Amino acid sequence: MKGYRNYFANKLIWFGITLVAAFVLNFFLPRLMPGNPVAAIVARLAQGMSNTAGVQAIYEQYAKLFGTDKTMLEQFFLYVRNVFRGDFGYSFSQYPRTVADVIRASIWWTIFLQFPAIIVGWVLGNTLGAMAAYRKGGFDKVLLPVSIFVSSLPAFGMAVILLVIFGVTLKWLPTSGGYGYDLIPNLSWSFIWSVIVHYQLPFWSIVLITIGGQAIGMRSMAIYELNADYVKYSRFMGIKDGKIVRYVFRNAMLPQVTGLALAVGTMVGGALVAEIIFSYPGLGSTILTAVLGQDYPLISATTLIVTIMVLIANFVIEIIYGFLDPRIKAAQAD
Amino acid sequence: MKHTIRQVFRSGKFVVGFSIFMGILLIVTFYPLIIRDAPLKIIGQGTFFAPGIYVNVYDSMGSPHYTILLDDAAAKRIADKLDDDDRQAIKEWLVAAGISEDAIEIENTESLLDLWVNNFDPTTRIPGMTNADRNYYIRLNTALDGLLSTEGAIVASVNPETGALEEKGVIRQTDYVNVNQVPNVRVLPLGTDNFGRDVLTELVQATAVSLRIGIVAGLIATFIGLVLGLVSGYIGGLVDDVIMFITNLFIVIPSFVLLILISFSIGQEQRGAFTIAVVIGFTSWVWTARAVRSQVISLRNRDHVNLSKLSGHSIAHIIAFDILPYIASYVVMALILQISSGILAEAGLSILGLGPRTTDVPTLGLMMNWAMIYQAHILGKWWAYFPVIIVIALIAFSMNLMNTGLDQVFNPALRD
Repeated sequence: MKGYRNYFANKLIWFGITLVAAFVLNFFLPRLMPGNPVAAIVARLAQGMSNTAGVQAIYEQYAKLFGTDKTMLEQFFLYVRNVFRGDFGYSFSQYPRTVADVIRASIWWTIFLQFPAIIVGWVLGNTLGAMAAYRKGGFDKVLLPVSIFVSSLPAFGMAVILLVIFGVTLKWLPTSGGYGYDLIPNLSWSFIWSVIVHYQLPFWSIVLITIGGQAIGMRSMAIYELNADYVKYSRFMGIKDGKIVRYVFRNAMLPQVTGLALAVGTMVGGALVAEIIFSYPGLGSTILTAVLGQDYPLISATTLIVTIMVLIANFVIEIIYGFLDPRIKAAQAD
Repeated sequence: MKHTIRQVFRSGKFVVGFSIFMGILLIVTFYPLIIRDAPLKIIGQGTFFAPGIYVNVYDSMGSPHYTILLDDAAAKRIADKLDDDDRQAIKEWLVAAGISEDAIEIENTESLLDLWVNNFDPTTRIPGMTNADRNYYIRLNTALDGLLSTEGAIVASVNPETGALEEKGVIRQTDYVNVNQVPNVRVLPLGTDNFGRDVLTELVQATAVSLRIGIVAGLIATFIGLVLGLVSGYIGGLVDDVIMFITNLFIVIPSFVLLILISFSIGQEQRGAFTIAVVIGFTSWVWTARAVRSQVISLRNRDHVNLSKLSGHSIAHIIAFDILPYIASYVVMALILQISSGILAEAGLSILGLGPRTTDVPTLGLMMNWAMIYQAHILGKWWAYFPVIIVIALIAFSMNLMNTGLDQVFNPALRD
């Protein structure tokens, strides 16, 4: 256990640094853009508004939110303090709800949709890729082009195709929303069932996309490993095939775990767009409403939350990786 | 060099991917030369016209008419007016009105219509029938009226002086026009979109713009990644530490989030296709930088590089002649991947409403965005979104195939 301490400490420090960087970017990027952001946002919001008092009120609210009267550094610390209190201000498109409120309502939909889907897709994809590498022949010949094609489809494309087939044509599953529009969220069976039914299409569209990419990666890794010297040596030694395969796939798996850690950000991005296709009530749809409503505070907060989610997922995967890869323990014990 | 290219073209996967990509490129180049319509011109008054050949009705009246006697013409005409639901409804009414079910043959149009004409009476009140249903049957009756008649239709125009109708001619049921003789025929192979624009013309232009976005984004990303990777890998030391620190940060912070933030801050008016491409390029160089760096580090201490150093070559010379050729294959592969992911990134942004401003050019993402906003997928208007998905998938598929092919050529371990 002691050997791991350095590794974890290292990862934790790195996680902290990235978090700070994400904060800084989230704060400074919009402010680095040419022009006064407050004036630009107000100008957009106030289009067609004749009430000068209203425009002035909007301006002041934004000026207060951005704190443009203070120095950049002061603004930054104010922002950090507010974020730590969970205070993201008011949403402009969904006034009088606060941004924190809007996010609290949507974040769980996204978490429970995307992370299980990515994990299931990852497991299935790796299994298929490993089988293709090991079996070769016809299975591989079919699986590889199919995987390449499926992983070429954008997540929203897969979402639309599944939606049209199973939702519109076959009418097996509902086409939009996270639960029936006639239901109020509660713990009744009909509500839970409705949630499960609405969950299927978004879930499987993310799973299918993930399978494609992962299968390709795992296939090449496994082919590399199957051709490695230790495999031939073990064969000469007369070790059973089943046992060798276990070692091979454990070794091939490690880069795939790292790959998952690095790709999780991209996957979440794609899945957020897929959510929009299904009008799933998660963060993806929240970003869309925020963009359409020119709701700056909501966009800023949602992107920050998504970044933090991805960072945490990353951190967790790195920790798991630490346990899976014996080399890390060995390296840290020295 | 020649040998490498020959080897690359021997890989089946690369050739397939390359042919698909070249095919798309050819269509994109030559289609606008042949069909010179403005891609964003609104031609249809209405949304989502189905794909097909549109023949001008007015012109076809004036074109020469030919009499063609076809046996099934009448049956087809009736079948078009009388669909299965209507037949079922007629049967229900007849049964309710007291006709025995055995006497009604739902598929036999003539006997069905006979029964209907003889029995239907709009004043009959059938118990349990709602007013809406009654009105439906009355409408149906009007529509069916004259369906079995063999008379032609009279074309008339209004006399501007007297205001009276003047007969211009009779169109018989056996009259046909030759489509080639009708002056105005418009083929819409993929129908029109929600604005009434020709989808195919728009799609070709959108593909061209999206490819350009992908290429600009890919070149920028690959260039930044290559320079940073070379500098950080070859020079090492503090420079390496700083560059790798930044790279590692941006690898975990999702580029999608950065894209959203930047695009939103730029504002709708400033967001042209080129701006979007530049933004995508500047947010997606991290992978290339990291991979190039690790390759350069493994090359840095090779004998030929040391020899070059001893000969007194400058750093620029060493990088250009002793290192770049060794990582060129990798850089090409990275560029291909960047192009396809740039196209996908644009599409994703556009669906979020953060794509290029909508007035000058179509892009694949914008077309998708409009189709989704107008619910083409729910309404079953497949031509508005499905070709777009297919084109995006084909571009990405061809690029991935090329990449897999190149990978197998340059990494012999991956060959079967």
